[in-house]
Amino acid sequence: MTIMDTHQDLATQQDTFRAGLEANDWLLPTLGDGVNGLGPQAEDVVQGIAAAARRIAAELSPEAGTRRLRFPPVNGTRLLERTDYVASFPQLLGTISAFEGDNKAHRKLLSMYEDGGDWSGELSPAGHALVPAVCHPLYAYLEGSQVDGTVFELMGECYRHEPSPDPMRFVTFRMFEAVRLGTPQEADEHREKWLAAGTDLLRALGLTVEADTANDPFFGRAGKLLSAGQREAQLKFEILTEVYPGHPTAIASANLHEEHFGEAFDLHTADGAVAHSACFGFGLERVALALAAKHGFDVAAWPASVRQELGLS
Amino acid sequence: MDSTAIETTVREVLAEQGKLSEDAQSIAADADLYRAGMTSHASVNVMLGLEDEFDIEFPEERLTKATFTSVQSITDAVEAIQND
Repeated sequence: MTIMDTHQDLATQQDTFRAGLEANDWLLPTLGDGVNGLGPQAEDVVQGIAAAARRIAAELSPEAGTRRLRFPPVNGTRLLERTDYVASFPQLLGTISAFEGDNKAHRKLLSMYEDGGDWSGELSPAGHALVPAVCHPLYAYLEGSQVDGTVFELMGECYRHEPSPDPMRFVTFRMFEAVRLGTPQEADEHREKWLAAGTDLLRALGLTVEADTANDPFFGRAGKLLSAGQREAQLKFEILTEVYPGHPTAIASANLHEEHFGEAFDLHTADGAVAHSACFGFGLERVALALAAKHGFDVAAWPASVRQELGLS
Repeated sequence: MDSTAIETTVREVLAEQGKLSEDAQSIAADADLYRAGMTSHASVNVMLGLEDEFDIEFPEERLTKATFTSVQSITDAVEAIQND
């Protein structure tokens, strides 16, 4: 089989899967490219996965304690600067623009709009940006503080500007994250434990999964160097499953940030050293869709053990 | 430019961008810069700083941790790129 055939084959598989998801009300269309709503069964499954993840958090870190926090999907544009997201992932970020003009500017905007032109050029930066990872607002919130190995549990919407015909790739999606800030040992231990527990949960849900080293999609030539370094130091692991045979898709990831966020946000441990951090995240919609690919679109017909794990029966 | 002159400039760029916990002028030529505190993001700034100073572009195959691991490895890489 040639590369081209494989490529077409994957595209066909993605189209077929999307058609099934849409026909069975798993994905609901919106006016946004790559943006989907979820129907009732998909949403039940997402909530079930989140509940299962919260159970793991309670079991894994009783001594460290778990704090559940909530940050909205919008933050200050400065967050993207402080996390180095602007430097590392400019191709994925999204900022918000707003209209701040006077009556004259409004007339111009209206006439462009009525002519079917691009009126969005009349807007100006609002100072707000969409959050690319649910753990980022946490570091800013903790800025300047001492951390002690507490685990933070977060769930929210993320934005990544990468519209794709693949229904597994969402422009906006929910992530469950367990984040630990503390000593290098505490960060390592957190990553190890969650990688194992996350893999176990996904297997208990009937998915065939495998963990593998990975790299983030850092931008450009500088990104090549960052990706190589990340892989070499094994800072990122993804849990992969084959929704499309022969083409693994990541549905969860386990990451060591070393001192990256500790340094950027002046976080330290009791001994005064720069804090290390680690996070584990489930891509909730991706896990839900992988389950639909595995068990079918009718959740009532899923294996009893899977339904039970998700609190659906 | 001979390798001594290259090394001098490499050390200047490291002092400015490397975030080293040791003095970039006196660190051993074969010492591991990552162990000496250079973060991966700092190594990107070192790379960009070197490209500006020497007016070169690191080819993709050299964009690895190994290239930026020591004063010696950076000096060798710059020299090789200049001679290409």
